[in-house]
Amino acid sequence: MMRGLWKLTWIEIKIFLREPLGAFGTIGFPVLVFLVLGRVAGRRLAPPPLAASSFILVGLPVLASVLIAVSAVLSLVTIISIYREGGILKRLRATPLRPQTILTAHVIVKLILTAATLALMVLAGKRYYPVDVHAPLFSFTLALLISTWSILSIGFLIASIVPTARFAQPIGAIILYPMIAVSGLFVRVDSLPPVLHAVARVLPLTYAVPLLQGIWNGEAWSTHVGDVAALAVLFAVCTALSTRVFRWE
Amino acid sequence: MRPVIQVSGVRKTYGKTVAVDEVSFEVNEGEIFGLIGPNGAGKTTTMECIEGLRTPDQGTISVLGLDPFRHVYKLQDRIGVQLQQAQLQKRIKVWEAVDLWASLYQKKAIDGEHLLEQLGLADKRGAWFMNLSGGQKQRLFIALALINDPEVVFLDELTTGLDPQSRRAIWDLVRGIRARGKTVFLTTHLMEEAERLCDRVAIIEHGRIIDMDRPERLVDRHCPERTVVLATDDPIAEDRFRAIPGVEAVILTDLRFTIRGRGDDLVTEVIRCLSENRIRVTDFRTILPNLEDVFLKLTGHSIRE
Repeated sequence: MMRGLWKLTWIEIKIFLREPLGAFGTIGFPVLVFLVLGRVAGRRLAPPPLAASSFILVGLPVLASVLIAVSAVLSLVTIISIYREGGILKRLRATPLRPQTILTAHVIVKLILTAATLALMVLAGKRYYPVDVHAPLFSFTLALLISTWSILSIGFLIASIVPTARFAQPIGAIILYPMIAVSGLFVRVDSLPPVLHAVARVLPLTYAVPLLQGIWNGEAWSTHVGDVAALAVLFAVCTALSTRVFRWE
Repeated sequence: MRPVIQVSGVRKTYGKTVAVDEVSFEVNEGEIFGLIGPNGAGKTTTMECIEGLRTPDQGTISVLGLDPFRHVYKLQDRIGVQLQQAQLQKRIKVWEAVDLWASLYQKKAIDGEHLLEQLGLADKRGAWFMNLSGGQKQRLFIALALINDPEVVFLDELTTGLDPQSRRAIWDLVRGIRARGKTVFLTTHLMEEAERLCDRVAIIEHGRIIDMDRPERLVDRHCPERTVVLATDDPIAEDRFRAIPGVEAVILTDLRFTIRGRGDDLVTEVIRCLSENRIRVTDFRTILPNLEDVFLKLTGHSIRE
């Protein structure tokens, strides 16, 4: 049923790495944001008062992680729309490959990419970070992968509606970046105006952010069952929607 | 001969546009069958319905005894497909594409390296897809269509956009596929390609098949006229030519005669006339009608329009 999945996944990873700009943009950008913000905040507020150190300790890693997830999703949207426009998806369909195998391969590539970027960020943080961090990295990686996986389903939905590959990146960015603004990372979701609050309730980032913050702070998984469940439900809904509206050519 | 493709009463519409209407035909085992017609005639739609990539609104299709819609994966395992204007990932290497395709089929794939060698791609095996020339890309797509040793090969406009040399090389390849006992179903808007390659052709226009047969029979049926052009300064020639049986017109321009008539014997009769009357000629050509003329006759317009 999943014949060809690993070979396709491996080839897609190699192809991704062969595109230097794409690889840098997706991996480099979140790490760069992390480092620059960390340095600026660290220097200006040294010795860090409590508020600032809480931003550096929790807010910044979580913001950078959310950026990692969003870049991965943007990259997926772009690749899918290029593949559709170029007839690559159609060519792959004219084989015994199942459509879900093609899409699963891309999801796996993006999850691996997310984990790799996170590892890079942690390594860079160890070197440049002003404060010692003792976050449960394994649990945090898992939390980030679950969040990315859920947001990827929105990526498929966006990939279904973008008309051409040229618009994929800007449309994806217009939809995805504002999600960060209402995700509770900067302003508490409760204090948002009612309309935005309602919107935030159906966006995966709203559940991803408390999950990431909590796990980073060392909270137990059991306190975030609701967040994980919400992410799973949103994934199921978006996937079901995109299987209805997804266009292969 | 056993039919491997049976198409019966197929109709496909896109919104209000009828792409294919009441199309029926059969393709026999081991033949090269061509669906020919201008761009937009419904060739690709018909082919993609047979490949299981599209669902017809009406009608039935059977390929190797399978329903292409219901048994699409089973069918894909046994056929090879080359799509019009397909692309691969820009930075996939030639050998990676062949290797990936080889892993997708249940049946053991044929030797990819050998296939690349046969197709003249051995020295390009490490090249990225985006750096291949048009002819090399097309040969790679043919390799991918053959990797699973398919029973039926589908080729959609396979030489469009290629230079004459690559085109000829690819025609040889397609004949090679038939020589190995495979059935080939192709579409083309190039009448020369159809004439040189196909055992049988169906002419399609506005989504309907207007005639179907061996190319030479179509020519005989619709365009029985034959034309001989020759140059002579013999003063008795014109009268003698007019007396040849089957001749309908003799036109003289600048010492050049154009002799028009009907039937296969016309050329022989002209030669006999020249020899019996000892007419000395300095040039002699025959102009035979081809599928291009058949198309013009059947539709009232040229296929290029």
